[in-house]
Amino acid sequence: MAALVNVPARAKRGDVIEIRTLTSHIMETGFRHTADGKLVPRDIITGFTCRYNGAEIFRADLFPAIAANPYLSFFTIAKESGKFEFEWIGDNGYSSTASASITVE
Amino acid sequence: MPTTRRQFLNLAGGVTVVGAIPIVTLRPLRATPAMLNTAVRNVVGEAQIRTGKVKLDIPPLVENGNTVPMTVTVASPMTADDHVKSIHVFNEKNPQPNIGNFYLNPASGRAQISTRIRLADTQKVIAIARLSDDTFWQVAADVVVTLAACTEEMN
Repeated sequence: MAALVNVPARAKRGDVIEIRTLTSHIMETGFRHTADGKLVPRDIITGFTCRYNGAEIFRADLFPAIAANPYLSFFTIAKESGKFEFEWIGDNGYSSTASASITVE
Repeated sequence: MPTTRRQFLNLAGGVTVVGAIPIVTLRPLRATPAMLNTAVRNVVGEAQIRTGKVKLDIPPLVENGNTVPMTVTVASPMTADDHVKSIHVFNEKNPQPNIGNFYLNPASGRAQISTRIRLADTQKVIAIARLSDDTFWQVAADVVVTLAACTEEMN
């Protein structure tokens, strides 16, 4: 379950930093049919959470209208050195995690 | 009475028309403005929605509705007393009116999110922000889509 996360390696204390994430997922809407008329069952990522040294800083509920391979970008204030943890959860027990560290001066 | 050629053709034509209808009516699976309204009310409740503060960056014309970049920015100082709690994005004509809910807090520093969405048709996209004083602000953008997403056949 490949995920790409982009967090600046270092930042000044108090800086607003952008975090970008991309994960590979089909995001099957559940509204499409095969050529012989069968409904393709829904298979999407429904939730995303980002924690910064354990505290939740961003959360999102996703719906079928999010494009395949969901991309999310958001901001946070660089407070202290540490670790960002990312988690994606979805249909059929899907779960994927990633992490990135930051040095705050 | 013997069946004339004309009667037979009328009958045959009627049968094919009847046969074709279910295929046609099964296809368009669309959210209606009523569904959009319900989805918005599920988030907002009875509160009044004001226009302003929110900026929705989305291309006015997209060739491929399968992946449409979108950025929502809210004018907010993002302090403990005055910040954006959440951003909700809706559409008018996809099979489902919700696109995403994004939850922020004062630690976000800037009230801005970006993602890529799917649009099944030329339609309106609506972004609503909930501020820390529980007021709601919205903006709408019209997007023309030339190749629709979501409901196409799978090969």
